Amino acid sequence: MARIGVFICHCGENISATVDCPKVSEVAAKFPGVAYSVDYKYMCSDPGQSLVVNAIKEHKLTGIVVSACSPRMHEPTFRRACAEAGLNPYLCEMANIREHCSWVHEKGDRTDQKAIDVVRMMVEKVKRNNALMSIKVPVTKTALVIGGGVAGIQAALDIANAGHKVVMVEREPSIGGHMSQLSETFPTLDCSQCILTPRMVEVAQNPNITLYTYAEVESVEGFVGNFNVKIRKKAKSIDETLCNGCGMCTTKCPQKKIPNEFELGMGNRPAIYVPFPQAVPNVPVIDRLNCTYYKNGKCKICEKFCQPKAIRFDQEDEIIEVAVGAISICTGFDVKKTDFFPEYGYGKHKDIIDGLQFERMASASGPTLGAIRRPSDGAEPKKIVFVACAGSRDPAKGIEYCSKICCMYTAKHAILYKHKVHDGTAYIFYMDIRAAGKNYDEFTRRAIEEDNAQYIRGRVSSIYERDGKLIVIGTDTLMNHETVEIEADMVVLATAGVANQGAEELAQKLHVSYDQHRFFSEAHPKLKPVETNTAGIYLAGACQSPKDIPESVAAASGVAGKISCLFSSSELTREPLIAFVDRIAAPDYSSCTGCFLCQPVCPYNAIEKEDIKDRAGNLIKSLAYINPGLCQGCGTCVAICKSKSIDIDGYTNQQMYSEVDALLNS
Amino acid sequence: MKLGFYPGCSLEGASREYNESVQAVAEKLGIELVSIPDWNCCGATAAHNLDKELSLSLPARNLALAEEAGLTELVVPCAACYSRFTVTQHELLHDNAMHKKVNEIIGKEYKGTLRILNVIQFIEEYIIDKLEDNMKFEINKKVACYYGCLLVRPNKILNFDRTEDPQTMDVVMKKLGADSIDWAFKTECCGAGFSVSFTEAVGRLSGKIIEDASHRGAEALVVACPMCHSNLDMRRPAMDKYNGKKIDTPVIYITQAIGLALGIDRKKLGLNRHFVPVKLDNFKPYVKKEVVVENTQIMEEI
Amino acid sequence: MSNPHHTEDNSLAGKVQKHTGVKVSRCYQCGKCSAGCPVSSDMDFPPSLLIRKLQTGFPKHEEEVLRSKSIWFCLTCEMCIARCPMEVDIPPMIDYLRGESMRLNKANPAAKNIIRFHKAFLNSIQKTGRLYEMGLIVDYKSRSLNMVQDVVLAPSMFAKGKLKILPELIKDRKNIKQIFQKTLKNKHK
Repeated sequence: MARIGVFICHCGENISATVDCPKVSEVAAKFPGVAYSVDYKYMCSDPGQSLVVNAIKEHKLTGIVVSACSPRMHEPTFRRACAEAGLNPYLCEMANIREHCSWVHEKGDRTDQKAIDVVRMMVEKVKRNNALMSIKVPVTKTALVIGGGVAGIQAALDIANAGHKVVMVEREPSIGGHMSQLSETFPTLDCSQCILTPRMVEVAQNPNITLYTYAEVESVEGFVGNFNVKIRKKAKSIDETLCNGCGMCTTKCPQKKIPNEFELGMGNRPAIYVPFPQAVPNVPVIDRLNCTYYKNGKCKICEKFCQPKAIRFDQEDEIIEVAVGAISICTGFDVKKTDFFPEYGYGKHKDIIDGLQFERMASASGPTLGAIRRPSDGAEPKKIVFVACAGSRDPAKGIEYCSKICCMYTAKHAILYKHKVHDGTAYIFYMDIRAAGKNYDEFTRRAIEEDNAQYIRGRVSSIYERDGKLIVIGTDTLMNHETVEIEADMVVLATAGVANQGAEELAQKLHVSYDQHRFFSEAHPKLKPVETNTAGIYLAGACQSPKDIPESVAAASGVAGKISCLFSSSELTREPLIAFVDRIAAPDYSSCTGCFLCQPVCPYNAIEKEDIKDRAGNLIKSLAYINPGLCQGCGTCVAICKSKSIDIDGYTNQQMYSEVDALLNS
Repeated sequence: MKLGFYPGCSLEGASREYNESVQAVAEKLGIELVSIPDWNCCGATAAHNLDKELSLSLPARNLALAEEAGLTELVVPCAACYSRFTVTQHELLHDNAMHKKVNEIIGKEYKGTLRILNVIQFIEEYIIDKLEDNMKFEINKKVACYYGCLLVRPNKILNFDRTEDPQTMDVVMKKLGADSIDWAFKTECCGAGFSVSFTEAVGRLSGKIIEDASHRGAEALVVACPMCHSNLDMRRPAMDKYNGKKIDTPVIYITQAIGLALGIDRKKLGLNRHFVPVKLDNFKPYVKKEVVVENTQIMEEI
Repeated sequence: MSNPHHTEDNSLAGKVQKHTGVKVSRCYQCGKCSAGCPVSSDMDFPPSLLIRKLQTGFPKHEEEVLRSKSIWFCLTCEMCIARCPMEVDIPPMIDYLRGESMRLNKANPAAKNIIRFHKAFLNSIQKTGRLYEMGLIVDYKSRSLNMVQDVVLAPSMFAKGKLKILPELIKDRKNIKQIFQKTLKNKHK
């Protein structure tokens, strides 16, 4: 005879303001099989949990229903309470009357009735729960880091220094990411490359790190602790083991006028190239779309001059398979280009550039060697306008969120400009200065007070070109909303930070969720900021939302901590909520007919063949067998099984039907 | 080919050269334009400034009459009327209660089956393909295409061309052999709504437009709106006063430009009715271009 | 959309939302509308400032809005909404405010000419069904007592065939009269 306990939580006012909790408890007490029912203000609190533990012991409960929030929130809490009271943790069920009831309905009888029905369903279910034991799986102590920007570099170094192996995959020919493109960094104005380059070199030299550049993740299978990853290493057309990085090939290449991606089109590069001088690894790649040999079948000048004979024109893409236990996504962000803005000329004016282009211009290693010059004619701009929120906080045409980093880098740009053009004036159109962070507000004050940046509070309505000047028409909302017209020499748009190209496809390959802006979603906005909803896959840096360098680095170290924790033991405990094939006595052994229709539909390759043999070793029957280490409990096999031989622990057909029955017979 | 036609008051009065040029071009190309029987004024700015229901009812009466006459497509060359018609259609089709009310007010049933075309859409759909076979001259001049407000805004309702720096008129003018320039005031308001009641503002708004076009070397402004035209043409003294100099760049309708390319008599196009004389002449005779078949292999490589 | 937890908003902003669907609280005061507005320099309050005054909901500010020149100087060119990042649809809001301003007899004196012109225009349509430009100018100029300005243009317009001496009359003028009776007349008289 079942003795079920029901525990109704008020969740402060979250539930009790809408649902009449004492009434629900009173009604539940009368359900068949319920031995104890109670309501309490905070069931997840210490006294609340003690209440559960004591009730289990005192009333000799055989199962409990906690009627509170989502199981994703507190199921582990109450399972622990069960275990403490000596009850199998899987004899605990959550009835969600918060997300499914109080948060989505108005106060009233019908809402109370729904809460009662939800509890009734779970009472019927828990009566049919079985005691289950957790599953142990081994852990592969190697981490995959996708993306070699500052977040990826930090995560890889921290994990490697904790003594674990790391495989890093970077799409570009060099690691370094956007940080390697920046000139100086706020709020200290230290040189970006100077602080990043040593870290890049460390990655290359760390014996625990295997680096694949010019490579992308092709596919990912498996689960936490045991992922199988295929990496496509794109053909660089170079034998990396032979190349000594002398650079002869790049100087001799006859193609010289290919827009340089690293310089954001403001400089040129040859067809065989290293993206920038400090690149790691210092190995060139051949851009086959632009290489004369691949286009016309003739040239091979680079091969002639390559002393170590490292050029390989017939090299093909290579697929590398690695086994890893955890994955960190560090794929970064992108910025909107100037052609996105209709009112600023759809990118047709050469002297309107984006923030990243300004970084290259201000960088000592950039296309102008650090001098601020108009792209159209190379003249030094004496009046420069910075437009903040270009595309950000713009639900109509851009994105609705704040890109977060622009206020600070725009202040930095104004300072750098003034340091380079002493007689110039920088105007900044802004809506709010968002400078929350250590020494951040002081930095924007420095731009205003010491470097004379002219901040104008208002947006820019339009920009057009006339006689070589850019006419910027904005408003000053602190000056009676008057129109402000500036004849500028150059305009820098602080364009919105957006999700990186390919983020969506990668998310689908990894089975992790992403938001409407294609940024990867964290498991919990406050308490699980670096985890994804998929166990073993973590997030760091701006692939999650626009982030500055300190934040990206902090998140990366957070991920490294999480992964080191995961790697700290050789086995993982998993929930036993998995599929199983029924077994019955001989001579049938199982109702399974051995059709194996379940095998191709299983997304986790968890279904194997089990042969039943007699003592002489003769085959009696072949049955489906579900590998408990691989099964994720998705239930696809249950649905397709014709003989109804498969079921899922914790979600058996019987349990599900009893829930439906409880609802229909209420 | 028969198409419904709504001239509107301006085209019957102060902007009759627009009507004349539309009719002349249509006639030349064998397109019959059938006016809505007993049409009335669309109410223009005055109606929607003072009363919303009136501003919807006046256009709705015309649309209902057009439907009664069995018309399916309606050409509305006046950009202001086009805007009122399109907004009315949009509002009534998205607001059932208002739709019922307006039907009751006008004492007719407006169903919402008409397709409303502005002059550019009319040109794109019925004229542009016929140009090659009928053109006599190339309009070998530098022109500035001026769109104004009513053709492009509100974009969500009109859904015509892009919001800023529109291109449809430029495409037509290039087809006619003109060099249509890139300039800054394509969609800035000329202030026509205040042409009579607040002429100083008009001098400033239109003055900036005409000055920018002429500064960039335009030999003519090309327009598709009678409000813009009469404003930019007739209010030139106020603009010259604002600019502090005399600018004699003429303003022509896009249909007049097409008419000139088709070799239609200037008087028939109403070019004699302008206040700022239209001196454009010496057009290059048009020679039909031979069709060159591109090397498909090269195309693929590109 | 109204929030069931809130009582009815009787402020001018609340009325604007109820009648036009325009929610002034969406405006974050970036001023892009004022920067692009062709007549903001003629206005006493540029569009974004007008919205700010509606946002505060102070009686003093609401009064200023209804008595402002701004609502009459708007040309409905729609540039503001074309560029507004928050899609605050200013033109229908201004149409509504004009109606309220007239209804409450608060129309700004500087707008006299504009209102007279609109009335003369509608008057012309009401009588004939179409615009009779000659009649309009005579009617408007006599209402505004400003005969000089456009009398200069009239003779040359006439010479170019742009002004007709007699109005064009449509047949079903009863229908037009009925439309005016059921709309404008119904409310304002």
